[in-house]
Amino acid sequence: MAEIAIKGVAKRFGGFTALHQVDLTIADQEFMVLLGASGCGKTTLLRIVAGLETPSQGEVWIGGRRVDHLPPRDRGTAMVFQNYAVFPHLTVFENIAFGLRMKKLPQQEVERRVTRTAELMHIEQLLKRYSGQLSGGQRQRVAVARALAMEPDVILMDEPLSNLDALLRLEMRAELKGVLAASKTTTIYVTHDQVEAMSLADRIAVMHQGRIVQAASPVEVYRNPAARFVGSFIGNPPMNFLPATKAANDSWSVAGLTLPGPKSDRQKLEFAIRPEDVDAGGEGLQATVRVIEPLGPHTLVTCDVEGGLFRAILESNASVQVGDHLRLAPKPDRIRWFDPETTNAL
Amino acid sequence: MSAVSEAPAAATADARKAGDWLLIATAILLCVWVLLPIYLLIVNALSSPDEVTAFPKRFFPSFDFGSLSFFINFAGVARALWNSVLVATLTMVLAIGFGAPAGYALSRFDFPGKGTFRFLVLMTRAFPLPLLALPLAVMFIRTGLDDTAIGLALVHTTLALPFAVLITFSLFSGIPVELEEAAWTLGCTRWQAFRKVILPLALPGIAASAVFAFTISWNEVFAAAVLTIENRTLTAFLLQSLGESPLYLKFAGGAALVVPALIFIFAVRKYLFAMWGIANR
Repeated sequence: MAEIAIKGVAKRFGGFTALHQVDLTIADQEFMVLLGASGCGKTTLLRIVAGLETPSQGEVWIGGRRVDHLPPRDRGTAMVFQNYAVFPHLTVFENIAFGLRMKKLPQQEVERRVTRTAELMHIEQLLKRYSGQLSGGQRQRVAVARALAMEPDVILMDEPLSNLDALLRLEMRAELKGVLAASKTTTIYVTHDQVEAMSLADRIAVMHQGRIVQAASPVEVYRNPAARFVGSFIGNPPMNFLPATKAANDSWSVAGLTLPGPKSDRQKLEFAIRPEDVDAGGEGLQATVRVIEPLGPHTLVTCDVEGGLFRAILESNASVQVGDHLRLAPKPDRIRWFDPETTNAL
Repeated sequence: MSAVSEAPAAATADARKAGDWLLIATAILLCVWVLLPIYLLIVNALSSPDEVTAFPKRFFPSFDFGSLSFFINFAGVARALWNSVLVATLTMVLAIGFGAPAGYALSRFDFPGKGTFRFLVLMTRAFPLPLLALPLAVMFIRTGLDDTAIGLALVHTTLALPFAVLITFSLFSGIPVELEEAAWTLGCTRWQAFRKVILPLALPGIAASAVFAFTISWNEVFAAAVLTIENRTLTAFLLQSLGESPLYLKFAGGAALVVPALIFIFAVRKYLFAMWGIANR
């Protein structure tokens, strides 16, 4: 059982605050992805859990034990680094065995575990090689095998796939998901790649400027962003935002359309909709087509709505031309509203 | 059209050719500048005493070991040689003992005054030794360090330390910090991670920087001549006793000093480049 609890963790580097009072609980065997742009503090948070950074304040608990004062070796965590950190002076076998030898396990057990994890990562034929004789993908496999061989409670991964080429990344992603699910460890996985996050995570914690903006399942994060940032960061193309002004108590006027919305004291709100959640025709937002990008399964249309950019994903057989005036009808159950002051969802 | 474009092209080609020749000529000149004295030294050391004073010289030495064997058996040489090795070894141990931790700290930690510290390390070489020698001699006599191997080794360590710090700094900086962090997460203490991961990777470079410290002490003559009387190192001994010796003995003594130093420097040359941040590996 290794539940991870991060309680009020903050980190300051001199005058710069990398993390503001972060709270996050990760359930036993959960696959948690920390997602955010570079510099948002996700790697700092991971390194604090690993014990490679000390928090300026707050507590870290792993499996019901407070660990923030413990050195990395006493935390029951294993880490996979972005640049793999495979020891160049040791063979693949000795790399995987490194942590086991530190634990002073008997030779038989070391051999058993190394062989098993090497088979799991499909590197059993490389055991006698040195890191210099391996490709990037093979080094990545060694790094993961080395972490798994420790049979840790928690595996921490810092952008493990970002140095691989696109095809290999896809392959490794699927493999990692399978291997980690089978290993029954709790995983924290840091990435800036939203597709990676969506495909791997049980839950995604979206981070922005040293704060966790939303921690929820991938579908929830996609469908119901808790803040404007989440909607604009996740999804390719991202969510569309339009200004809305109060028409009546609970109806709002958006680009010439009056829509039912939440009750609010504010005079202005922000209307948001995903590009795939609009239909062409009928009662809709007035749009002028600027760019048409046929993508195969569907067509991405970039329009002008009220002088701003608005992207819509339409069926590929939709016959639109540049300069056309379209009516784009948002699906009522997919409309989201944000408070322009706090940027939080309503 | 083609005639117009050919003319400047030919001119550039000429200029480049001239530049090439200048480069080659300079390189040859510098090589001769360095190699000619060494060549003469070795030829004369390996010639019989008569040949040294004879003219014209032979291009190849006669491989007569008379001068060298006379030099080796010369009274006091063996003792001076032993002193030189002793002082140089002590210098090597002290320079690495202090320099390698400093180099590690510079490469791994951020601390206030880091830039100043690096500058000061280099500044220790800015004071001419003759200026420091007299006060040092007085201080050494007061503390009883004068005329001892350890006393001289301390002075040589100050000379060798900046190089030891800079070489090991660049060495440790070249080893990714993630390797160390990975070792920590795999169950190592800071010291174990250093011993099991960093040290094996840095060892060839540390050995090179040790050899360099050894060579600095081996070659140093001024402090050795001022601070020792009975326990002279080879350089100080030669300075004192070869002044009145015949020419062929001077050559033999010179060769005995220069050749080991040259071999050492040659062996560690790539790490000396690394000191200035030139990737040569």
